[in-house]
Amino acid sequence: MIAVSVKNIVKSYGNVSAVDDVSFDVKKGELFGLIGPDGAGKTSIFRILTTLLLADSGTATVAGFDVVSEYQQIRNRVGYMPGRFSLYQDLTVKENLTFFATIFGTTIQENYTLIKEIYDQIKPFNDRRAGKLSGGMKQKLALCCALIHKPDVLFLDEPTTGVDVVSRKEFWEMLAKLKEQHITIVVSTPYMDEARLCDRIALIQGGKIMSIDEPAAMVKNFPKTLFAAKADNIYRLLEDLRSDPSIESCYAFGEYLHLTLKSDEDHKDAIFAVANKYSPANLVVEKITASIEDSFIRLMRDRAITKEFNQVNDGK
Amino acid sequence: MEVLKFILQKEFRQIFRDKIILAMMFVMPTVQLIIMPFAANFEVKNINVAYVDNDHSSYSQRLVEKIAASGYFKIVSSPQSYKEGLKMIEKGDADLVLEIPLGFERNLVREGLQEVNMAVDAINGTKSSLGGAYLTNVIADFNSNLDVNIKASKSVVQGQAATIEIANSNWYNPHAEYKYYMVPGILVLLLTMIGGFITALNIVKEKEIGTIEQINVTPIKKWQFILGKLIPFWIVGMIVFTVGMIVMYIVYGIFPEGSLLLLYLFAAVYLIALLGLGLLISTLADTQLQAMFIAYFFMMVFMLMSGFFKSTDSMPGWARIISQCTPVTHFITVVRLIVLKGSSFQEVKLELLYLIGFAFLLNSLAIYNYRKTA
Repeated sequence: MIAVSVKNIVKSYGNVSAVDDVSFDVKKGELFGLIGPDGAGKTSIFRILTTLLLADSGTATVAGFDVVSEYQQIRNRVGYMPGRFSLYQDLTVKENLTFFATIFGTTIQENYTLIKEIYDQIKPFNDRRAGKLSGGMKQKLALCCALIHKPDVLFLDEPTTGVDVVSRKEFWEMLAKLKEQHITIVVSTPYMDEARLCDRIALIQGGKIMSIDEPAAMVKNFPKTLFAAKADNIYRLLEDLRSDPSIESCYAFGEYLHLTLKSDEDHKDAIFAVANKYSPANLVVEKITASIEDSFIRLMRDRAITKEFNQVNDGK
Repeated sequence: MEVLKFILQKEFRQIFRDKIILAMMFVMPTVQLIIMPFAANFEVKNINVAYVDNDHSSYSQRLVEKIAASGYFKIVSSPQSYKEGLKMIEKGDADLVLEIPLGFERNLVREGLQEVNMAVDAINGTKSSLGGAYLTNVIADFNSNLDVNIKASKSVVQGQAATIEIANSNWYNPHAEYKYYMVPGILVLLLTMIGGFITALNIVKEKEIGTIEQINVTPIKKWQFILGKLIPFWIVGMIVFTVGMIVMYIVYGIFPEGSLLLLYLFAAVYLIALLGLGLLISTLADTQLQAMFIAYFFMMVFMLMSGFFKSTDSMPGWARIISQCTPVTHFITVVRLIVLKGSSFQEVKLELLYLIGFAFLLNSLAIYNYRKTA
């Protein structure tokens, strides 16, 4: 069963292409992640799927309904939590929840089981105005309001942006529980570390999807052996390794540099050999497994090279 | 319908929760209604006069006394020369300088003719033109009562001109009091503010905060959302109008001469027209600041062009046409007609047609624009 299906969606604002020929499917009951940096086109995709924005071309269906011709049906069946907190700040927690329940023709009691665990945490603040809640509380309230009508598909646009680490962790635990209730969840995030909590992810950059796969598979399919290296003068090491012809890619990653070789050599001695040419102090090299972020950076790099190649070709 | 009920519930809850807006909606109009008619008064009193008496005769003395006794003027000083008098105008101590030349009395008696010099500070247009006119009147009156003239007219029969005496009476506002003109105008202003602007700001606020997005993904239909916004402010507008009428009665003792029902009918239609304007503004603006400025622009046009301060009859032709194109003009006219003159439906039905036209036009435009943008 397909819950969300996107086919060749294109959307541009003037000259800026926000969504560029994007296609993907989300299976029913799946937790699907759109992973990409700010400005990648995640929010535009969400707005198209929640019937707030019309695509320039392409088709999409949500819960089996077309986003253009059957938007009324979709509005009854989806829950949407925008990136920005957008509930009534001057209404209390309870009033907000009641309002959203009633306009969907339901009551808080009817779907209480669905929101119980989340709602219980904010229940003590029932009579507090939404505007006076803390960031984490606001987010929980927003999630409750998006869930109150038991939607088939839940769209969460960057729910964890600007939220502290503990709340982020809690939030993903809540999502995992919702998944058990067979709600399809589409979530976007700029944080690569959250990607592995999804069933499947789409890496998106510049309005284009670079890759869609399960997080584990994506990491497994990393085509090269990845090494991490560090030395006292990390910036010089970065410069030196980047200019070395035997190094394929090298970029800073936390306190380490991540690098791949052009050759298929998969022992860290090969890196030592290259790096020691520049005699860095206290050199440390380790062989590591790639993360989603490494995959993302690699895909971005490949795209940039292809683009350059195309440009050169077009020039001729 | 169920949904609309819940939306209305929510709107009223929000309106009554925002204490500042609530106070602005009810206290501000009341205060305005009480203070403005007293402060904004176009009758000119207390015109400061400085006179330069070069004659020092009994006639010149009598003229000055007459001026002082008229009630409009305050004699502030009697400088020694015209030059000094002008200095006083420069400093703002005097609005008018009257110079009585040497030989004033002698020339009047012997030659029957004498000129006086009057200098007026024209910075304040109303005060200067009215002040000048008043003073000319006073002098003319003084002139006709002079002994020499009375004697002359008796003795020289053929020189007597036939005169037409004019007796004024002001209808519908017997004492020509400015407050009677002003108060109904302010009443209209109140409805304009509530209907046009608070509504616009309220809708734009939903846009600005992003709640409109959240609403748009729910099954709420556009017309439900729009009605949910318009109905509460229509009701609030009618309440404020009633409060205004009560203040008008208690403070000024003005009770509509005409039918109350007719007045409310007009208020109801007018509010619908203005709510349409508010909705239109809200489709044009993305932020409350923008909405404020657009609203302010319309407000200024309405205030200056609608005959709120001044009768539209004294405007140039093109301005009268613009004036006719604002709903405010028509409503102010009607409120004055009903409240002061007691006009009946037959006499104002054309204005009702105008207002219905505006209501229809503004709302259609707003809905057309709303569809396009959202």
